Amino acid sequence: MTTRWFGARVPRVEDERLLRGRGRFTDDIDEGALESCLVRSPYAHARITSIDVSAARAVRGVVAVYIAADLPFGNLDLPILIPHPNLTHGRTQRCLASEVVRYAGEAVAFVVAESRNIAEDAADLVQVEYEPLPVVITPEVGAAAHHLVHDDVPGNIAAEMLQEVGDVSAALKSAPHRQRLRFRFERGAACPMEGRAVWARWSESERKLTVFDSTQSPTSIRGGLSVLFGLSESKVEVIAPDVGGGFGPKIMLFYPDELLVPFAAMQLGRPVKWTEDRQEHFTAVNQERGQVHDVEVGFDDDGRVLALSVDFIHDTGAYTPYGLILPIITAAQVPGPYRVPHYRVRFRAVYTNATPTSPYRGAGRPHACFVMERTLDSIAKQLDVDRAEIRRRNFIQPDQFPYDLGVAWQDGNSVVYDSGNYPALLEKALAMLGPRPVGDHVGMGLGVYVEGTGVGPYEGAHVQVLVSGRVVAATGIPSQGQAHATVFAQVVADELGVEVADVEVTGGDTRRFPWGVGTFASRGAVTAGNAMAITARMVADKAKQIAGERLEVDPADLELVGGSVRVKGSPGRGITLAALSVLANPVRYAFGGGTEAATQFASKRRPGPPLADGEQPGLEATGYYSPPGSTWASGCHAAYVRVDPKTFRLEVLKYVVVHDCGRLINPLVVEGQIEGGVAQGIGGAFYERLAYDAEGQLRNASFMEYLIPYATEVPEIEIGHIETPSPLNPLGVKGAGEAGVIPVGAVIGSAIEDALGVPVTEMPLSPLKLFELSRL
Amino acid sequence: MKVNGIPHPAPTDPRRLLSDHLRHDLGLTGTHVGCEHGVCGCCTVLLDGAPVRSCLMLAVQAEGHDVSTVEGLAAPGSPLHPVQQAFHECQGLQCGFCTPGFLMSVVGLLAQHPNPTPEQIEEGIAGNLCRCTGYASIRRAVNRAAELSRQ
Repeated sequence: MTTRWFGARVPRVEDERLLRGRGRFTDDIDEGALESCLVRSPYAHARITSIDVSAARAVRGVVAVYIAADLPFGNLDLPILIPHPNLTHGRTQRCLASEVVRYAGEAVAFVVAESRNIAEDAADLVQVEYEPLPVVITPEVGAAAHHLVHDDVPGNIAAEMLQEVGDVSAALKSAPHRQRLRFRFERGAACPMEGRAVWARWSESERKLTVFDSTQSPTSIRGGLSVLFGLSESKVEVIAPDVGGGFGPKIMLFYPDELLVPFAAMQLGRPVKWTEDRQEHFTAVNQERGQVHDVEVGFDDDGRVLALSVDFIHDTGAYTPYGLILPIITAAQVPGPYRVPHYRVRFRAVYTNATPTSPYRGAGRPHACFVMERTLDSIAKQLDVDRAEIRRRNFIQPDQFPYDLGVAWQDGNSVVYDSGNYPALLEKALAMLGPRPVGDHVGMGLGVYVEGTGVGPYEGAHVQVLVSGRVVAATGIPSQGQAHATVFAQVVADELGVEVADVEVTGGDTRRFPWGVGTFASRGAVTAGNAMAITARMVADKAKQIAGERLEVDPADLELVGGSVRVKGSPGRGITLAALSVLANPVRYAFGGGTEAATQFASKRRPGPPLADGEQPGLEATGYYSPPGSTWASGCHAAYVRVDPKTFRLEVLKYVVVHDCGRLINPLVVEGQIEGGVAQGIGGAFYERLAYDAEGQLRNASFMEYLIPYATEVPEIEIGHIETPSPLNPLGVKGAGEAGVIPVGAVIGSAIEDALGVPVTEMPLSPLKLFELSRL
Repeated sequence: MKVNGIPHPAPTDPRRLLSDHLRHDLGLTGTHVGCEHGVCGCCTVLLDGAPVRSCLMLAVQAEGHDVSTVEGLAAPGSPLHPVQQAFHECQGLQCGFCTPGFLMSVVGLLAQHPNPTPEQIEEGIAGNLCRCTGYASIRRAVNRAAELSRQ
């Protein structure tokens, strides 16, 4: 394999369209579509006593108004995406609620009209009578279970899971030192700049459904729609066009609109579209982060952790569409890069009358990292040991891989770290951080983390050399800005010996590649990237095979360079990929582009049929990569901050990241992922808090009040890399999508505690929270 | 109103926002809508050369004015505008949704401050939200755009 493109800072190939305003996001698609909007519950918990849509239906320009009774799937509980044996009381919502609503924002009715204005006007006329029920909000109130979110779920407990490695009780008892700590995390939201949107068209003549959806998982949506509507998968096309950021919550199966828009299009015989507004995004799109942790840690005189017990409540919201993935990840990721000889973790996933939860960039890991890092800081403080030194003493060492943690991972396997060098991360970060700036109220923070990335089950790719010599490549996963078209082109270009500009990548379009899972969990480069490499290598082998026959050379003596297959050491002897593409397809009729060379009277005969047994036409291949388990990326962040003692304004003076995602395909893209992740982490650490009141109303459901950082809040970030290649996949890569965000809360918390001397045990903080803490 | 120099008939729907008029009546879908309450800046266009939120204006209010959108920065087939080129070189975009708004804000900024100080850059982009890049690359892109514009 050549390595000309792999590792290079190749500028993004997807930029030009987007910069010229010629991107194609779902709401950009019109084609005469009817427009729609949803009627949503204003109550967090209420019984619906009546729904009257007659006034809405009477509005001129309204085409249809649907409630649950109008839907053939109206009585169907939507799927639990990822069932789990411990999820004993999993519950999902119905497409449209007709009996009980369990969060403010739950969909009740769906209005389709000639224009969005008319749909919204008519939605206001849908009369829904509610009988309010007691509201359960916050994880603690959910666990106290004075009231139930679901009548048939005792204690509001969706699931409970206990895992233990070693004997924690005995180890705690015999430990020279013990501490008990409590950590609390409030909800936050991903807030991609593009909200969600769906556009659908039904062709009656072809009996084919076409759906454009701002989803992170079009292949799954297609599978679900084909089951629900009784159509063969070949009659359902789902395309994620340009998607304006995802960060996790754009995967569901299904959000109600993902059924209603296609259903209405099939019913009405016209394209139908729905575009979310920002306010409904805040209440109707999945959230994350609400957890409360009770920790007991035992350690020796040197600060080495001997035993760790973590018991946490996970606020799952009103339903469990995503199963237990979030608390399972948290439970698995608390120990992080440290040896914890005896580890016990129990969680309870509790229902509350808040929006359901599913992964948001970091997905259970920022909490886990905060718990472990803050615990180590607390040990360091008690023993008066430097915070860096306490980490050195507890690190898993580079010679201890593979390292089996013994707890469950989200793919059903046990957590096994495949490679890494945690001490090197720390030392490099400290060197980059440099001396402490002078001045008062300055604090230093430190956080080290691991991240299970590249989770299976698989992704695939199709790679084809066209008769023009250009290469097209497709995979099932879509991009939401991660530069898939660039990095996958790099991988393919190296295997085929062509330029990146010669490779055109398509993702997230089931018409081009129907199989796959989705873009999430820092898995794109690992799963689809390796699938691209494997598949392009299959194409390269086929090209060598055909060229070998033509040139009468052993394929092992051939190489792919400069768009040709050449004899090694004889650059003059070769044949272009374009010509090989022609020759790969024995044809009867010449149709231009050199195809006359492959017709039956022109092509050079060989014994047997033109297409020998086992051969397939075309210079193309379809291949898959399925990881044996996750590959574990890691990193260390460190920062200096200053906190204004009067206003409690946070100023990040310096922020450094040392990152290890194995071999880097494109450092430019990885650094972009890290910079963006840190910005989201800073938001989650200090600014972004979903403020629910006791009635379950989200009081800050707008960008006026939910404070996403602007440029003024995000510092320059210095990034360093180390590379410990993954032994698990051909490219040696690990995921990088979530790395930036994971330790930021722990770092900022540690730095603020250092600056102000107040104990920091929660996320997010805020100037008001620091004011309150400073008065304790 | 003129959009990118081309005269267009007056909008007919008095409720139509300028952002929706551009996107859905004129087919200029490069202007994006991220919040519809004037905070995110995705819908930023130039009105008589100054950046404005097209979601906070009715289309009829733009009558008699010159509106510039991202589609007008560089003609199809011609090289990118220096600001677009700089965003490409510095990876000032990822998903591309907030990008047109940033580009228009930066065009407005550089028209006012051809050699912007770091503080002026901060001020100039402080009205636009980006959820992907973390802004560092956008700051770099503004500096590069100023450099390219001077050449």
